[in-house]
Amino acid sequence: MPEIDSGHTAWILTSSALVLLMTPGLALFYGGMTRSKGVLNMLMMCFGAIGVVSLLWIFYGFSLAFSEEVGGSSIGGLFSDLSAAGMRGLFETGEEGGLPILAFAGFQMMFAVITTALIAGAIADRAKFGSWLIFAVIWATLVYFPVAHWVWGAGGWLGEGMGVLDFAGGTAVHINAGAAALALALVLGKRVGWPKEKMKPHNLPLVLLGAGLLWFGWFGFNAGSELAANGISAVALVNTQVATAAAVLGWIFVEWIRFGKPTTLGAASGAIAGLVAITPACAFVEPLGAIAIGAIAGVVCSLCVSLKYKLGYDDSLDVVAVHFVGGVIGSVLIGLLAVEVLADENGLLYGGGVGLLGIQTLGVVVVAVYSFVMAWLIAFAIEKTIGFRVKPEDEVEGIDLTEHAEAGYDFTSTGPSLVGSAPARPAAAPAAPESASSEKVAG
Amino acid sequence: MKLVTGVIKPHQLDAVKDALHALGVAGLTVSEVQGYGRQKGHTEVYRGAEYTVEFLPKVKVEVVTDELDVEKVVDAVATAARTGKIGDGKVWVTPVEEVVRVRTGERGVEAL
Repeated sequence: MPEIDSGHTAWILTSSALVLLMTPGLALFYGGMTRSKGVLNMLMMCFGAIGVVSLLWIFYGFSLAFSEEVGGSSIGGLFSDLSAAGMRGLFETGEEGGLPILAFAGFQMMFAVITTALIAGAIADRAKFGSWLIFAVIWATLVYFPVAHWVWGAGGWLGEGMGVLDFAGGTAVHINAGAAALALALVLGKRVGWPKEKMKPHNLPLVLLGAGLLWFGWFGFNAGSELAANGISAVALVNTQVATAAAVLGWIFVEWIRFGKPTTLGAASGAIAGLVAITPACAFVEPLGAIAIGAIAGVVCSLCVSLKYKLGYDDSLDVVAVHFVGGVIGSVLIGLLAVEVLADENGLLYGGGVGLLGIQTLGVVVVAVYSFVMAWLIAFAIEKTIGFRVKPEDEVEGIDLTEHAEAGYDFTSTGPSLVGSAPARPAAAPAAPESASSEKVAG
Repeated sequence: MKLVTGVIKPHQLDAVKDALHALGVAGLTVSEVQGYGRQKGHTEVYRGAEYTVEFLPKVKVEVVTDELDVEKVVDAVATAARTGKIGDGKVWVTPVEEVVRVRTGERGVEAL
């Protein structure tokens, strides 16, 4: 048994916590973008994913994806055997590289959680919570765990087999979730009133807070994916920062040109697009390459958000335009911008051939098609049996109230606000305390 | 007696209140309202989707006054509310048949 390296272990445990924080961050990022009557349901779909996927990971998820780490074997490169199901007796085992196996398993658990949660953004305001949980269980089982094995598992057919490069989750996480999100948006259909009512975000500061937590946690996501604290993790961390910075600027410049104003939601969305795009590439490109990836992702994703209006599908919070498109950009650009010293192979722009570009494109297509088809079938089966959508009247009344018996905000106890003028003066007569209307009567 | 109603920009409320106070107006009623005139709302952009917000927040100020003071009150509201930019609002006058002070039962001008 290899000796456990405390430095690497400390960094991976820290990274696991950072990646976990991304899901509550995602909840706020998504929650702020919904209408106020659906904010809690959005938070609950994310927290629900934390609940069910974490447990599945222990029962059999880790085993299906990575049981070779503890002596299991890959079954045709498609998934691993169940020799690590339940994760019993793994407390002492160190894996190659000096990590306790549970540190690796815990880190990867957070990826399974957030990938599933990402999908929820496409079906804001209209999914039955119970049906969402059932979807999360089946999709994680039939799609996430196998695809993680294809891309990252020892013997996985895409990663080890074909040589698809995905450092931290462009294919396994973002394309996977983005394609599933599109399928769900299509099966569930449009929100009542969409696109006539465009349903603007109810709390942009919440969106920015969530984006900030995602950005923070993403350092664990990307720099932790080296599974060690070393030079490569440093490359991943720096690339993550500069790609994201470039993407923020890319997105808001597009808005500035098209609409005359750089927006807060654009800055937050650009950050996520950049983080997504650099994820697969963060340890295969130089910082200048990372800036190029981020800038391209910021510009292209910004242009893609209006596609849903043109094509007529209601991906409520643009999971497709940000995660799917961002993931495709990062995964494919590895084929152009990889440098040999980091990726063992040069991309096309650094004198390499088209081979890597082709392999990367293949990885994108395979994961996208598999995830889309499976998600569509699972969602369709749920819709036809127990139903996936809430009733239209419940949707109009507000899913927070009808699914969770709660309201996100209570303004009734704060009383009427005096219109946005200067602060009330002592000379003004006080409002009647029992006044419940927004009228203020003096004299 | 007349009811002078002004629908004005929220930021001008303090100036209007001061102007009425200077005239010796004893009381007024203020409510938050929404509406539009020639200003026609504004446009917001969220991820490229443009939203036209038709109804803008305004403040409605109502003063019941003696007929003799109507012109002064209308002038005070209109002048104090004016910024010169679009969306400054409107002031109008309607007749009032009777006023009762609830506390004492006084009626008419005495009740103002």
